Amino acid sequence: MSKYAGFAFALAAGVGLAVGAGGSAKAETPKKGGILNFIVAAESPSYDGHKESTFAMVHPTRPFYSLLIRVNPDNPSSPTDFQCDLCVGSVPKPTDGGKTYTFKIKKGVKFHDGQTLTANDLVATYNKIIFPPDGVSSARKAFFKMVDAVEAPDDETLVFKLKFATGAFIPALATPFNYTYSAKDLKEHGYDWHEKNVNGTGAFKFKEAVAGSHVEAVKFDDFHVDGKPYLDGYKALISRKMAIRVQAIRGDRASIEFRGFPPKQRDDLVKALGKDITVQESDWNCVLLYTPNHGRPIMQDPRVRQALTLAVDRWGGSQHLSRIAIVKTVGGIAFPNHPLAATKAELVRLKGYGTDIKAAREEAKKLLAEAGKAGIKFELLNRGTDQPYKIVGTWLIGQWRQIGAQVTQRVEPTKSFYNSLRKTHDFDVSVDFNCQSVINPIVDVSKYIGSAGNNYGNYAGQDQELEDIYNQLVQEGDEAKQREIMRVMEKRALSDQAHEGITLWWYKINPHRSYVKGWKIAPSHYLNQSLDQVWLDK
Amino acid sequence: MGKYIFKRVLLMIPTLIGAAILVFLLLRMAPGDICAVRYLGSGLAIDESQIELCREQLGLNKPQIVQFFDFIWGYVVFDLGDSMWTGQPVTHEIAIRFELSLQIAIMATLVATIIAIPLGIISAVRQNTITDYVVRGFAIAGIAIPSFWLGLMIILGLLIVTQSWLGEPWMPPIEFKSIWEDPIHNMAQLIWPAVATGYRYSAVATRMTRSAMLEVLREDYVRTARAKGMVEKIVINRHALKNALLPVVTILALEFAFLMGGLVVTEQVFNLNGLGNLMVDGVERQDFAMTQNLVMLVVIIYVFINLLTDLAYAWLDPRIRYS
Repeated sequence: MSKYAGFAFALAAGVGLAVGAGGSAKAETPKKGGILNFIVAAESPSYDGHKESTFAMVHPTRPFYSLLIRVNPDNPSSPTDFQCDLCVGSVPKPTDGGKTYTFKIKKGVKFHDGQTLTANDLVATYNKIIFPPDGVSSARKAFFKMVDAVEAPDDETLVFKLKFATGAFIPALATPFNYTYSAKDLKEHGYDWHEKNVNGTGAFKFKEAVAGSHVEAVKFDDFHVDGKPYLDGYKALISRKMAIRVQAIRGDRASIEFRGFPPKQRDDLVKALGKDITVQESDWNCVLLYTPNHGRPIMQDPRVRQALTLAVDRWGGSQHLSRIAIVKTVGGIAFPNHPLAATKAELVRLKGYGTDIKAAREEAKKLLAEAGKAGIKFELLNRGTDQPYKIVGTWLIGQWRQIGAQVTQRVEPTKSFYNSLRKTHDFDVSVDFNCQSVINPIVDVSKYIGSAGNNYGNYAGQDQELEDIYNQLVQEGDEAKQREIMRVMEKRALSDQAHEGITLWWYKINPHRSYVKGWKIAPSHYLNQSLDQVWLDK
Repeated sequence: MGKYIFKRVLLMIPTLIGAAILVFLLLRMAPGDICAVRYLGSGLAIDESQIELCREQLGLNKPQIVQFFDFIWGYVVFDLGDSMWTGQPVTHEIAIRFELSLQIAIMATLVATIIAIPLGIISAVRQNTITDYVVRGFAIAGIAIPSFWLGLMIILGLLIVTQSWLGEPWMPPIEFKSIWEDPIHNMAQLIWPAVATGYRYSAVATRMTRSAMLEVLREDYVRTARAKGMVEKIVINRHALKNALLPVVTILALEFAFLMGGLVVTEQVFNLNGLGNLMVDGVERQDFAMTQNLVMLVVIIYVFINLLTDLAYAWLDPRIRYS
């Protein structure tokens, strides 16, 4: 008993330290020096932020670059707190009915090779991202569909002209992949140069990289924020196996892993290291879904899809699954802590979100019987990754059995899983997910419309009403009205048509060595990775 | 002998062509492609046209026969191409990992040889005694325990023991440094996987040494040597062991070849940036260029080591002559 009590105390102390970190960190004076070793669970194909989409690129390379604006590193848990990085003052308000944004650019910002940054570098950067020439990759140009032109009337002024006013623009600008490149580099070396080369204005300079092993960086002395960075450098160590990543922190070969660990690994570290480990936790801008394949006759009847969502006990599942998997929060289509997200009172009105699971399952059985699908048999396609896919997939099957469904699970490795989702469509229902960086609900919820590139439900062209609702949402500049439209869309996608089923939102857990200070957890593993504010209390 | 070696080298060519065809076809039978893994694995919303552009840039839209001839032509002009994942030359990717894999293979072979040969001899000489049973138990345990599990236990054991003795947990380094650059760091990292792998490897070799020795010890020439009054040590070392080593050398050589590319799980457990890990990454990412060339490298290593083993037979047994 005392052993468990001690462990519980240590865990509470660890989490407590994290919760209190904000207050205590402010009281502490950052120490300069030291090298931060951190672990990255994968290796990036290249260093080009505009091209790649993996955290394995962001974690080792984000500190090399600056963004025009970024998520506030002192308040990263806020989904709406953005601050200037390369611009001056606060993030500007739009003019021209919400269609023009004018940024004043910082003077004297240096690139690592000594070039001085001007607004023209930002024009070249955003033209590459938004209007890439033929044959040039830009993974997120769709985020900027609203942009008509990017201009620099002078060296210190950057102007974005939009086609329509929208709330999706500012969060899109804060996307951590929008690395600022030099116009000269793009012109002289070409658009592929940044895949293998680094020249940014960030707090750290590239030192060396060994494929499959590490990326190493040193402090940039001419960084544009006085007194920062605090660290002398960092080393991003690549390690694919979770057991090694956990033990590396335990054995102090690394101080932190920014992506996150499951609850069991957190508990193990707290138990082994006590006060030497600090745990930070946050809701995560990733949601685990299941997608019924509307191309299969068995899933074409909305009553069947509604029955599936009614069978899922989200509130109960949250309590149990959060002890073993990286999921926790019950939510709708928008990130739970965002102003555009549904409150609990709004959620419980949707099918499958009620608190009386017994009644919901009775209703589900009735709907299946009405649709002539009592005792329905189908297969759940799943991704061959434990956290959280296989755990939640297995739980889902248990939920559906409660309404008499007979479900088998087919688990496939990532590449063939996506092949089934995108090309062969050979599934009845599949586990699916929507994982984004900056919280930008207006863009993020495009996942739920049939015509979206990352929608795998095969209902493109079958629900024009939902598409129209989404288009209305994108072009609405007023936040209160956006919220109303979001509720309509949510009800249509999750309840009336039950095109998609949300299970739970992910939950991010970052245990790290307690001497790592100044880093605050964000609701995405892509965010707050500039490391300029991080220091070591050694 | 020279003529024999030349013939064997020539015979490698059809073997390599067969392996090339097989690996090319097998890789393309697997569903999915590298561009989907690259852009969709993160779950971020991605412009679909980027996936198509990626396929175009990597040549995946070319007819398969063209891709095959490109692959073969690379060997003809000694250009193995670039990794489809990192864009770096395949030769560079392999070169930076080759030293580590070679060192682990050599160290594990040394560990295995140092353990296996003395234990196999003792076990055979003291057949059906307590010593024999202990050695056989040790060997069977080595075969039964997966080396990755042993690896995990070693790391965990080190963490627990050092924390209780020193107050701070210690684990082996997780990044490679060459033995020429930092020998202490190098050995602190590699000794543990060498022991974990070498133990399993030694278990197989111990059993082989024991059974080969038992067979040889019953031969007439051994009985004759003893009848002449030869010292037992000389009988064992000079007459029995040398003749018993033929199958042991085969086992050691084949295991060595396996270690050069097959230490997949152990490399992951100890976070070793070796060829086994590179192979896993290549397969997972569907990096055809990398996987094809790595498989071909392993085939070449196997063929080459088989040739060396055959040549070693002649040295071990003077009755063997090649023509």
